[in-house]
Amino acid sequence: MKDIYSAVKVSDHVYWVGAIDWTIRDFHGYTTPHGSTYNAYLVMADEITLIDTVKAPFMDEMLSRIKSIVDPAQIKYIISNHSEMDHSGCLPQVIDLVKPKKVFASVMGTKTLNELFHDQSEITAVKDGETLSLGNMELTFMETRMIHWPDSMFTYLAKDQLLFSQDAFGMHWATQERFADELPAANLEYEAATYYANIVLPYSPIVLKALDKVLATGWDIKIFAPDHGPIWRKDLGWIIELYKKWASQKPTAKAVVVYATMWHSTEKMARAISEALATAGIKVKLLSMNETHRSEVVYEVLNAGALIVGSPTLNNNILPQMADVMTYLKGLKPANLIGAAFGSYGWSGESVKDLEVWLKEMKVEIAAEAVSVKNVPDSDVLEKCAELGKKIAAELIRKTANS
Amino acid sequence: MKKYVCGVCGYVYDPAKGDSDNGVAKGTDFKDLPADWCCPICGADKSEFSPE
Ligand SMILES: [Fe+2]
Ligand SMILES: [Fe+2]
Ligand SMILES: [Zn+2]
Repeated sequence: MKDIYSAVKVSDHVYWVGAIDWTIRDFHGYTTPHGSTYNAYLVMADEITLIDTVKAPFMDEMLSRIKSIVDPAQIKYIISNHSEMDHSGCLPQVIDLVKPKKVFASVMGTKTLNELFHDQSEITAVKDGETLSLGNMELTFMETRMIHWPDSMFTYLAKDQLLFSQDAFGMHWATQERFADELPAANLEYEAATYYANIVLPYSPIVLKALDKVLATGWDIKIFAPDHGPIWRKDLGWIIELYKKWASQKPTAKAVVVYATMWHSTEKMARAISEALATAGIKVKLLSMNETHRSEVVYEVLNAGALIVGSPTLNNNILPQMADVMTYLKGLKPANLIGAAFGSYGWSGESVKDLEVWLKEMKVEIAAEAVSVKNVPDSDVLEKCAELGKKIAAELIRKTANS
Repeated sequence: MKKYVCGVCGYVYDPAKGDSDNGVAKGTDFKDLPADWCCPICGADKSEFSPE
């Protein structure tokens, strides 16, 4: 059978040879309603080089795209910019098939690849700043630890002014279009922000350092070629500025109210709080964990200044839907938030105290006294909820006016 | 001597163990680490660390 997949030319010497995963919906707990791509790139230098591979089940698609340009056996070098299995899953098989002269990864990458696949001793470590000659052009490596894993690095191809940025500047969005400039800006911003919130957010302090490090090289980069989603070849400043904004985590006059409910009591409280916030001029997102996925919550928290959480007490605990989102949010480390807790209960009422413990562990500054009610809130209790909302609103307005 | 934890990746600096990969001897207090020392896992600055 003739191969149905072909490569896409990115620049003078670089071809996209990745795979499109139209059906993936769960990416280690992050829901990806629009699928993803695993981007691999072929550098047609004297020494033909493959940059990253794809998730294991997509190896044939990648090989087929490579074959549209060159016999895979001609590949001399393979670079692994990131060890995570969406980019390395088929690396051992590809090494067996292609028999490259050498395979390179960062110092941490060689360790990780050996721990993932074992017996990968032929992988050579490259240091931060090291270069590799491909004959008629050269690659330069830059460590970018924790974007997304300790092994992560960028690879720069000066000849084409192209930066292979692995997870950075990526998004989980399956499209037939290969370039960002072929897609609507609003969708790009949404997908890139969701990806940042769900993958990159905890490493924001490192992101700011990495951006400075890239700027300090003086590289005149014209193309960002990430490992997921479309390739950036126009207006790179747009995505850089978004990364700076998201990484700096400056509080805004926006509050996210997240709750779960059993018999609608906690829901009534959530709605009273939200109305008071909105009346005071705060942007509000009200999210019920009975209906919402955790990925959407962290997307909303990414550009918020307050996180207000509510749960009834179920068997002396918070509702499991709230435990889910609190665990997820704590790990993603949103910064500079203020917050408060609320909830209803039938007899014991531990949930509100438990939620406050979660908030403190997340370094959310508790800016209003919690509201807790036995069974259904009456108008007095809802008035207290409105007070909670007003107090958070006043504090957010004060904080954002100063910054 | 206190242990310090990296706020970015969760690595714990244990003075009793030091950080041999980066030439830090056993028994070195966190405060005595050089200013340019960074987390051996994620590369975060000293300022990202807090007492465990
Ligand atoms: Fe990753
Ligand atoms: Fe990835
Ligand atoms: Zn660290």
